[in-house]
Amino acid sequence: MPEFDLRFVLGHYNYWMFVILMMTGLYITVSRGNLIKKVIGLNIFQAAVFMLYISMGKITGGTAPVLIEDPDAVYSNALPHVLILTAIVVGIATTAVALALILRIRETYGTIEEDELTRIEQEMDAAPGSAQG
Amino acid sequence: MMSLIEANLPALQVMLPLAAAPFCLILGRGSGAWALATFIAFATFAISISLFAQTYEGAVVTYHMGNWAPPIGIEYRIDIANAFVLLIVSGVAAIVLPYARRSIDAEIPAERQPLFYTAFLLCIAGLLGVTITGDAFNVFVFFEISALSTYALVAAGSWVNKRALTAAYNYLIMGTVGATFFVIGIGMLYMVTGTLNMADLATRIAAHGSSSTVQMGFVFILVGIGLKLAMFPLHLWLPNAYSFAPSVVTVFLSATATKVAVYVMLRFMFSVFGFDYEFQANTLRLVALPLAIIAMFAASIVAIFQDDLKRMLAYSSIAQIGYILLGFTLLTDTGLTAGIVHLFNHAVTKAALFMVAGCFVFAAGTSSLSRLGGIGRDMPWTTAAFVIAGLSIIGLPLTVGFVSKWYLVLAALELGWWPVALMVMASSLLAIIYIWRVIEIAYLKPAPEGVTRREAPLSMLLPTWIFVGLIIWFGVNAMMSSTAAGRAAHALINSSHMLWKD
Repeated sequence: MPEFDLRFVLGHYNYWMFVILMMTGLYITVSRGNLIKKVIGLNIFQAAVFMLYISMGKITGGTAPVLIEDPDAVYSNALPHVLILTAIVVGIATTAVALALILRIRETYGTIEEDELTRIEQEMDAAPGSAQG
Repeated sequence: MMSLIEANLPALQVMLPLAAAPFCLILGRGSGAWALATFIAFATFAISISLFAQTYEGAVVTYHMGNWAPPIGIEYRIDIANAFVLLIVSGVAAIVLPYARRSIDAEIPAERQPLFYTAFLLCIAGLLGVTITGDAFNVFVFFEISALSTYALVAAGSWVNKRALTAAYNYLIMGTVGATFFVIGIGMLYMVTGTLNMADLATRIAAHGSSSTVQMGFVFILVGIGLKLAMFPLHLWLPNAYSFAPSVVTVFLSATATKVAVYVMLRFMFSVFGFDYEFQANTLRLVALPLAIIAMFAASIVAIFQDDLKRMLAYSSIAQIGYILLGFTLLTDTGLTAGIVHLFNHAVTKAALFMVAGCFVFAAGTSSLSRLGGIGRDMPWTTAAFVIAGLSIIGLPLTVGFVSKWYLVLAALELGWWPVALMVMASSLLAIIYIWRVIEIAYLKPAPEGVTRREAPLSMLLPTWIFVGLIIWFGVNAMMSSTAAGRAAHALINSSHMLWKD
């Protein structure tokens, strides 16, 4: 059993927050019935992962990765930050597609609540002829 | 000029469809967008044939993006294993697109068609990118390119049935969660190794050995890709997405998207991860293998009770993915070969079956089995194609399905696991039931009142029969596909840092 170490706990603050945010986001995505809220949950989930990457790039005492005169300078790792720029773009694209889909769902079904959507679809199943068109 | 093209083939493989996609939009209404997409599909097919020929003898083609040497730059790394998958993806795309024209005309309004072909090309680019790249984060980016375009493609089914919208939405949520899990896994590996190049990752993970971070990375990647490839019980997005997408999209996705995800799974499980044989083998054998067997039975049983042909085939796909997973979780040379052979065989077979379903939708306006009675008399060629492809799903000799089952049973018996071999055969019996149901309805039931159905047009029939031809050709000349699969299996195992052969 490792001893309780306050510095370890506080030093990994970012990572604790990553875990909490990630689980919050995932829980919202799974548990909410409102389609918009699901997307918000997904965004929180993704933001948590961004935080994981950004945290891991930080080096204690490291400066911003801009070339400076000092030969002994310690730089933070810029690569994870750059990766996350890509991931943010992917996240925005996903959100955009999701919102576009929700818009279309609202137009055709008249609701964005999952239980009502399920009910409408079950009624469509019960009357197969009307499923087309 | 030729040498310049030849040197840049790996980049062109992905760049061609990616760069051509916006032009589909510019070409606008009419058949221009379709013609361009088809031309590009054939061009990428030609490139992948060339890459396959180059790697067939065991050579590895590497390409450094922008001339940045790996591990800093992004590397495209093609060995026989991914050349084989590239061939499947681009080949299916090239056969599907000629089929697409009439089918899409019937299912999507003319002014939206350029958008459809744009998304289709982006999807091809994404899938090819996932397969060709040697960089772990690049895999994620291409996964999302293909996934985002797939969501749009699935939603395009909403002109026929509005449920395509909710299907696409659910697919989006699950697909994104899967991709994000995959990114978390990659992040864990990066923390430990400081690299993203897959070959470099493999070396460094092997040197690093086991730690909880690597183990978590392994599990996150397993679950993340598991969602993408519809590994039971993470398959919930698949049935709706496949049943409500436009017929063409279903054909393409069933034959390629899950296969590419399986390839990524193979690449990570066999090549990249080599930290602790015990841990990895136990995870795969005690978790993934039972799930694969459950999928074989559960999904087949559910398939028997479906009224919609596309939905039935979708459940059958989940079962077939079970066979692929079973093959490689046996963790032997033969098992891996069986998995890869089935990857190819299932792609060909399921493409043929979904094409038949698409022809039915085109001619009869429905894929509901209760309204397809007697269709075998009206559409003899289409239904005959279904019968042959159906026999292949069951696994009868002289079809590719038999080759896969043969290797699977062989692999299980090699380990002395005869109950597994028996279960492979028992689950094939379930396939007989659901395939027979369709055949019975198509030939023996009377046609519904007042329905006129004509044989599908040649542009749809011919691609269907090309796949049927492949089913028989590779069923008879089984050595061709299984030699390639065997070499791919060796390539994966040899690039591994663990002794998989026990």
